[in-house]
Amino acid sequence: MAYTEEELKKELETKEYEYGFYTDIESDTFPKGLNEDIVRAISKKKNEPEWMTEWRLEAFRIWEKMEEPEWANVHYEKPDFQAISYYSAPKAADPNKSLDDVDPDLLEMYRKLGISVDEQKRLQNVAVDIVVDSVSVATTFKKTLAEKGIIFMPISEAIQEHPELVKKYMGTVVPKTDNFYAALNSAVFTDGSFCYIPKGVRCPMELSTYFRINEGGTGQFERTLVIADESSYVSYLEGCTAPSRDENQLHAAVVELIALDDAEIKYSTVQNWFPGNAEGKGGVYNFVTKRGICEKNAKISWTQVETGSAVTWKYPSCILKGNNSVGEFYSIAVTNNFQQADTGTKMIHLGKNTRSTIISKGISAGKSQNSYRGLVQIGSRAANARNFSQCDSLLMGNECGAHTFPYIEAKNKSAQIEHEATTSKIGEDQIFYCNQRGIDTEKAIALIVNGFSKEVLNKLPMEFAVEAQKLLEISLEGSVG
Amino acid sequence: MLKINDLHASVEEKEILKGINLEVNAGEVHAIMGPNGSGKSTLAAVIAGKEEFEVTKGNVVLDGEDLEDDAPEDRAHKGVFLSFQYPVEIPGVSVTNFMKTAINESRKAKGLEDMPANQMLKLIREKAELLEIDRKFLSRSLNEGFSGGEKKRNEIFQMAMLEPKLAILDETDSGLDIDALRIVANGVNKLKSKDNAVIVITHYQRLLEYIVPDFVHVLHNGKIVKSGGKELALELEAKGYDWIKQEATV
Repeated sequence: MAYTEEELKKELETKEYEYGFYTDIESDTFPKGLNEDIVRAISKKKNEPEWMTEWRLEAFRIWEKMEEPEWANVHYEKPDFQAISYYSAPKAADPNKSLDDVDPDLLEMYRKLGISVDEQKRLQNVAVDIVVDSVSVATTFKKTLAEKGIIFMPISEAIQEHPELVKKYMGTVVPKTDNFYAALNSAVFTDGSFCYIPKGVRCPMELSTYFRINEGGTGQFERTLVIADESSYVSYLEGCTAPSRDENQLHAAVVELIALDDAEIKYSTVQNWFPGNAEGKGGVYNFVTKRGICEKNAKISWTQVETGSAVTWKYPSCILKGNNSVGEFYSIAVTNNFQQADTGTKMIHLGKNTRSTIISKGISAGKSQNSYRGLVQIGSRAANARNFSQCDSLLMGNECGAHTFPYIEAKNKSAQIEHEATTSKIGEDQIFYCNQRGIDTEKAIALIVNGFSKEVLNKLPMEFAVEAQKLLEISLEGSVG
Repeated sequence: MLKINDLHASVEEKEILKGINLEVNAGEVHAIMGPNGSGKSTLAAVIAGKEEFEVTKGNVVLDGEDLEDDAPEDRAHKGVFLSFQYPVEIPGVSVTNFMKTAINESRKAKGLEDMPANQMLKLIREKAELLEIDRKFLSRSLNEGFSGGEKKRNEIFQMAMLEPKLAILDETDSGLDIDALRIVANGVNKLKSKDNAVIVITHYQRLLEYIVPDFVHVLHNGKIVKSGGKELALELEAKGYDWIKQEATV
C-alpha cells in the first residue's frame, strides 16, 4: 500500500461520509406479534401514503402463506415470529450510564479498532455531548450531494418526498414474493436508505450508512434501494466495523440495486453483528436478500466482508439483463467459534456478452461451519456469456468445516464458465516460518489470513480495507492455540 | 556466542539429538555435515525453538542466556536466523510486506518505532542488489511458485535484511545451480563479519568451496562424532560417510 496506516487514519478522521444522517428518535414500542393491524400501524407510524400501506399488506399476506426455507447448510432454532416486536424505537441514551458499565471485553475491542470514545458511547447507548463540528460537516456533505442532484436519505423520507421513484423501483428486483424473509421485510421494514444518482453523475464521495446502522433498533428490518440512472456511478458502503451487540435476534434486510444503461454501482459491506459468545450462546440471525439488476453495459460489483452473526444466510446477486452488462461478487466470510455462514451469490445471465466474476474466500476457525453457495445461470439468449468463479477455503484447526455448493445452469452453447476451488489449512510450518522471522503467532495468522483475502480486500475502498483488515485479525484472535 | 551443552531432543518420544556439544564464537563459520537422518535439520530447528521438538536434557545458550524459555520469535529477536531447507509458501503476502512485518516486529520487541518507509525501501533495494534479485520478485507472493533456487536466494535475502547475529543455513545449497550457488555464497560472505557467526548445514562439500568454514563437524546418529578444519570436508567428499559411521560404532 502506498501510504501508511497512520496517514490513512488521519484521512479517515477528515472523511465527510463519517458524519452521516440520523433518524429521529421515536419513543415507543409495539406489542409483540404480527398481524395486519401491526403492519398498518407501522405504516401509520411512518406517516406513509396509502399505496405504501397496501404494498406492505400485500407482502404480509404473501408472507403468511410462505414457509421458512430450510435448504441452507445452517442449523438454528427458528425464531418465533409472533414473539417479536416489529416496531421498537431506538433506546434513548441513559444519562446515568457511563462507559464503566460496559463490558470491558467490548471496550477492549473498540480500542483495538481505534474507535473514538464518543463513538464508543454512542454504540453503547451512553449519552454523548453534541459535537458542533460534526453538524457543520454534515451540512457541507448534504450540500455537495444536493448540488449534483443526488438524493441520499432514509427510505421513510424518500417515500414521502420522492414517491414516484420509490413506487417505480421498490420491489422490482426483489419482489415481495421472492422469499420468506424478503416478504417479511416488505411487510414490516422500518427504515433503511434510499439513494438516487441522476443521469451522467459520478457521485463524488463514498455514500455510507456508517453511523445510522450503529444506532440501536434500526438494523432489524432494513430496506435499501439504490438507483443509478444512465451513465452514473456510485460507490456505497454499508455497515460498520464496530461490533453491534444488538438485542435483536433476527435481522432480515432487503437491498435492491438498479443500474440503468451504462451505470455502475459498487456496493461494499462489512458485517460485524454480534456472533454469539465463545460457547455459541446468543448472536444475531442475519437473513438478508440482496440483489441488483444491470441494464445495457451496466456494472454491479458486490464486495462483502462477513465476520459477524451467529447464522448468516446471504446471497448478493446480479441479474445481468442488459447486453454487455457485468456482475462481480467478491466475498470474505469468516466464521469462528460456533458461527455458521451460508453465503454466496447468484449470477443470472440474460443479455448477450454478459460477464460475471465470483471470488469467494471462506475462513473457518473454532467449531464453525462456512459454506459457499453460488448459482451461475446462463439464459438461452445470453450468447457469449462468460463466468469465472473462484472459491477458496482456509481452515484453522481440526473442528471447523468448509463447504462449497456451486450450481451451474447453462442454456446457451456459447457460454464459457470456469470454476476453481481450493481448500487449504494454516499449517504449523507456516506459523513457525513466521515465528522464526520474529513474527508472533497472532500476527502470523493475521498476515496469512490477510494474504489469503487480499484479492477481495483490494476491492474495498481504501479506508474500509484497513478497517476490514483489522477486523479480520480481531475476529480470529485466539483461534489457534 | 552460541554454546550448546549436552543437548538431547526428541520428537514423539523418539530421541533424535543424543548429546550435542558445540561452541561457536563471533566471526566463525562452522559447517555441520552428516548423512541423511543424522539429526542436522533437527539441530537447526531446536536452536530456532521449534516446539514440536522436546528438549529433554542440556541447553542452548546464546550470549550467556539460556534460550529454553524463549519462543521462536523471541529467539529471532535475539538474532537467531534459520534459512529453511524447505521454505513455506504464504499466498498473497509479498516478499516486501513479509520483510516489512518481520523487521518491524523485531524493532517493536526492542522498543523501537517502525522503520520509516523510505529507509525500508532503501534497505530492500540495497540487499536485493547484493543478491542480484529483480525488483519484480519482491512483489510476488512469498515463495509461491518460486523455483528451488529462487526460494533459497529469498532466504538469504531475508537474512541480509534481518542482519542476524547467528545464521543457520539448512541445506541452502540443495536445489541451486552453480550460478545461483555462487550468488548465494557471495551474499553470505559479504554479510559475514567479526560480530556474527554462521552455521552451514550441508550434505556436500560443494557449498564449502564458496563459504569456507573454520570448523567442520560431522553429525551421526544424533551426536557430533568428529570435528576438524575445512580439510575434513574434503576428506568426507572423497571417502563418503561410511568410515565415520564405522569409527563411531567402534
